[in-house]
Amino acid sequence: MTDLIHFSADTLAQKLAAKEVSAVEVTQAHLDRIDAVDGAINAFLHVNTDEALLVAAEVDKARADGDTLHPLAGVPIAVKDLIVTRGQPTTAGSRILEGWQSPYDATVVRRLRAARMPILGKTNLDEFAMGSSTEHSAFGPTRNPWDLDRIPGGSGGGSAAAVAAFEAPLALGTDTGGSIRQPGAVTGTVGVKPTYGGVSRYGAIAMASSLDQIGPVSRTVLDSALLHEVIGGHDPHDSTSLTDPVGALVEAARMGQVEGMRIGVIKELQGEGYQAGVLTRFHESLELLRSAGAEIVEVSCPNFRYALGAYYLIMPSEASSNLAKYDGVRFGLRVVPEGTPTIERVMGATRAAGFGDEVKRRIILGTYALSAGYYDAYYGSAQKVRTLIQRDFAAAFEQADVLVSPTAPTTAFRLGEKLDDPLAMYLNDVATIPANLAGVPGLSLPGGLADEDGLPVGIQLLAPARQDARLYRVGAVLESLLEATWGGPLLAQAPEITQSAGGK
Amino acid sequence: MAEINRDDVAHLARLAHIDMNDDELDRMAGELAVIVDSIKSVSEVAGDDVPATSHPIPLSNVFREDVVGETLSNEEALLGAPDNADGRFKVPAILDGE
Repeated sequence: MTDLIHFSADTLAQKLAAKEVSAVEVTQAHLDRIDAVDGAINAFLHVNTDEALLVAAEVDKARADGDTLHPLAGVPIAVKDLIVTRGQPTTAGSRILEGWQSPYDATVVRRLRAARMPILGKTNLDEFAMGSSTEHSAFGPTRNPWDLDRIPGGSGGGSAAAVAAFEAPLALGTDTGGSIRQPGAVTGTVGVKPTYGGVSRYGAIAMASSLDQIGPVSRTVLDSALLHEVIGGHDPHDSTSLTDPVGALVEAARMGQVEGMRIGVIKELQGEGYQAGVLTRFHESLELLRSAGAEIVEVSCPNFRYALGAYYLIMPSEASSNLAKYDGVRFGLRVVPEGTPTIERVMGATRAAGFGDEVKRRIILGTYALSAGYYDAYYGSAQKVRTLIQRDFAAAFEQADVLVSPTAPTTAFRLGEKLDDPLAMYLNDVATIPANLAGVPGLSLPGGLADEDGLPVGIQLLAPARQDARLYRVGAVLESLLEATWGGPLLAQAPEITQSAGGK
Repeated sequence: MAEINRDDVAHLARLAHIDMNDDELDRMAGELAVIVDSIKSVSEVAGDDVPATSHPIPLSNVFREDVVGETLSNEEALLGAPDNADGRFKVPAILDGE
């Protein structure tokens, strides 16, 4: 039954509906795959075997009874360990939450349960989603299935690697500055950051509340659309949740049409700092879109050059506030120092022991940016830059229906390569951050392999707020054109994963 | 724009309730100085005429009916607490020297 793991979620859904396979068989095949390869990949922090098989068995029974089921019922999924789940630990990749179990489900998890999708487990991430390589996880890095010595991106490296390694057909991620899209790019998978507010954040452990967004991770554009429709839509538990209907995303992906569309190439997101092989694949994708009838125009977003700086003020400011709740009182770790343990000393010792270096860096930076005397110069200025970036997007979307850029400036770098240089690590997100600052949706899909290293390149599509459907419409066309040139999916070219090559 | 030095980091770490030893303070001060230097241009970009954006998609007056919704039970709320007594969170002494 190993072939089951190579099917898309859409194909699995069809085979389940036709009773060609059972949900238990599909779920067991993925659990077996996790068992076989996750020692090398380390995508999962927790495997939810019993519950996943139970849900699958219930789906099979319901189907046998002739019940009406959601199209994705019985299609298994992995969940980033930043999203809270009843009955499984949620760690956020941090020692401070090691062993903690949420007393409630995130709204997106409730929706997975309502659709009766078996949850395979919780995936690895940079601690509190702070990072671009998954190396900042307190529980060891995840490895890239294309090359086990390389990073799978971050913060959602676990979700992207799980999908790329055929351990799950679908996964949930979260994207604050690119944490869904950049891992998608470097693992040859698809990842979508929906419009801010399009998917409920209730139950996503907050990093930067005005930037965070949950979204789908998959191997095909259509599969992301299917999952997006499950998790999207209004949620009264999240006061920033949009009341708009989720939209006909699956229909847009199935239609896939770009003729007459204007696709804008962002002048500022190419050139210096971008790897040659990334740009070569990017320009090929532009030619394919042109050949399919799209009009390629160049747009300029001059304030994007300040996006990284604004992001590294706003994000740490919000994170320092959000992470104040880890105080050793209500949940998680408590470290009691020697001597007279007052609550203040307990907090200081708990947070020192429970947080890793990158989290501490961002808390200190955020505390600095928010402190009296600096607030206007730092946080206030960054919020103004945010306005300028929104204006850049508004002007660009007057000239183009969809914007396009490389998702990340380089392919996957080696584990450890940028760990001691926080600034170099931050530069990975230079192309993905503007979308978070402006709240617009973005999708990354595989654009091929870079000539110099044979590693995946990501193509990013951006649409105006609330126009997520355009991403699927254009993404599906580009995907099918690219797959025609490759003779099949890009992941078919990925090497076999051998247990001996990696290891925890 | 002000630089960030080791004393600043020590002060900020106290404000943020994170104990740091001398090595950590030295390292963090060096790293943060580089980061702050790289982002300080942000304060020079926008003039007074540019309004601040706090939220990407503004929504106003998000209300709900004033009725009791779903809540956690006392047991559920205490489930993850490091210590509890009599149905409440139990904390160490608030004041020193008692």
